[in-house]
Amino acid sequence: MTWVHDLAILTRGAGITAIIAVISTLLGAAIAFIVGVARVEGGPVVARIALFYIEFMRGTPLLVKLFWLYYALPLIGVSLDPFTTGIVGLSLNIGAYGAEVVRGGLQSVPDVQIEAARALNFSRRYTLLHITLPQTVIEMMPAFGNLAVQNLKDTALVSLISIADLTFRAQQLRNITLDSARIYTLTLLGYFVMALVLSAVMRFLEHKARRGAAFPRGMQQ
Amino acid sequence: MNPPLIRFTDVNKRFGPLTVLDRFNFAVQPGEKVTLIGPSGSGKSTVLRILMTLEPFQEGTLTLGDLSYHEPNGRGPFMASDKHLRDLRKNVGMVFQSFNLFPHMSVLRNIVEAPIAVLDMRRDAAEARALELLRLVGLLDKRDQFPSQLSGGQQQRVAIARAMAMRPRVLLFDEPTSALDPQLVGEVLGVIRTLAHEHDLTMLLVTHEMRFAREISDRVCFFAAGRIVEQGTPERIFSSPEQPRTQEFLKSVLTGQG
Repeated sequence: MTWVHDLAILTRGAGITAIIAVISTLLGAAIAFIVGVARVEGGPVVARIALFYIEFMRGTPLLVKLFWLYYALPLIGVSLDPFTTGIVGLSLNIGAYGAEVVRGGLQSVPDVQIEAARALNFSRRYTLLHITLPQTVIEMMPAFGNLAVQNLKDTALVSLISIADLTFRAQQLRNITLDSARIYTLTLLGYFVMALVLSAVMRFLEHKARRGAAFPRGMQQ
Repeated sequence: MNPPLIRFTDVNKRFGPLTVLDRFNFAVQPGEKVTLIGPSGSGKSTVLRILMTLEPFQEGTLTLGDLSYHEPNGRGPFMASDKHLRDLRKNVGMVFQSFNLFPHMSVLRNIVEAPIAVLDMRRDAAEARALELLRLVGLLDKRDQFPSQLSGGQQQRVAIARAMAMRPRVLLFDEPTSALDPQLVGEVLGVIRTLAHEHDLTMLLVTHEMRFAREISDRVCFFAAGRIVEQGTPERIFSSPEQPRTQEFLKSVLTGQG
């Protein structure tokens, strides 16, 4: 009976974890593309701002950033609810790592492709959206998959700003039952299963994309 | 004589401390087919790359028709606005040594993409023109293939069709057969030979295929150290070169080609 009861509570927490992970990963991906493109294509000022953003996010602990958003930001008049705070913190954090993936991908497109685009008089914007990004986006997917899993695990920190995610529920249960071994084992398994599902989804997307007519490299041989 | 379509006047081009074009003067008549030959590093390809606005140059003037490459108040390395560079590029097309087809697009899309996106052509008109060009280069049956499925010679023929789809006044060929296996060179030269019959098309060709240069060019220019050392009709350059450097170069490449 306790097993069923505990699992029900942990599952509810896992649902919150999943929602936060999915939303922050998607927002993080959007940030990654904007900042990564700014880094490569932006003028000197824009590229430097993008670089600062990336370095700042990579050089500060996520937990401290979440605390800052949760406790310090209201002092300057911006109060967000815990859920929004968690999403914002996670997205900004993972977006910086993703931006480096996007930058690396864009820079891996051979210069001669950009020269060919220029010789055909494509605008810079068109070249980015239709020539360079489509060539590299599939090559970015394994790295994005890693980041998505990393982000899923990072969500555990939002339990410390009072979001009732999987880790939060685990702490609660442990405090009641005092059965650390059982609760934390279940919690670990919960994260592990979610990470497996996430990896499988990312691999499936990559596989689909590679088989698509738009990308022939996978069809060679 | 008509006014030249292209005119380089005292153009200097440097890469850092290295001078690639040294007070370079060169004029091309509309419709002329000019071959640039010479040792590597002598500046031939740089002339094409400057014309395609892939490289800026530091001093001198370059005009194409009535457009100057430098704007009076132009900024940046090109000393011209992006819009001005795009106006220049409307007139010029380029075929690269390494083909540079877009790997994620089918053959047909490689050809129609720019006419639709840049020239605002309707898709059906652009496709009709693309199919006409694919017929010209003999690859009509490859329209739905991807570049990775084609041989180098076929890729280069698609690249030529792609450049022609933009209806350039000037078409630049930068060593178009140098990256090809020997047995594939002929099919690409065949296509270039066909284009050489187009009266209005101005062609600049950098190549090491001397026999071909002799056959299709109106004029051959021999480059050395960033200047044209000698130029003239192919008969004169190949049969009775006057400059010792030209003689030496021709002897070395022609013995190589047998």
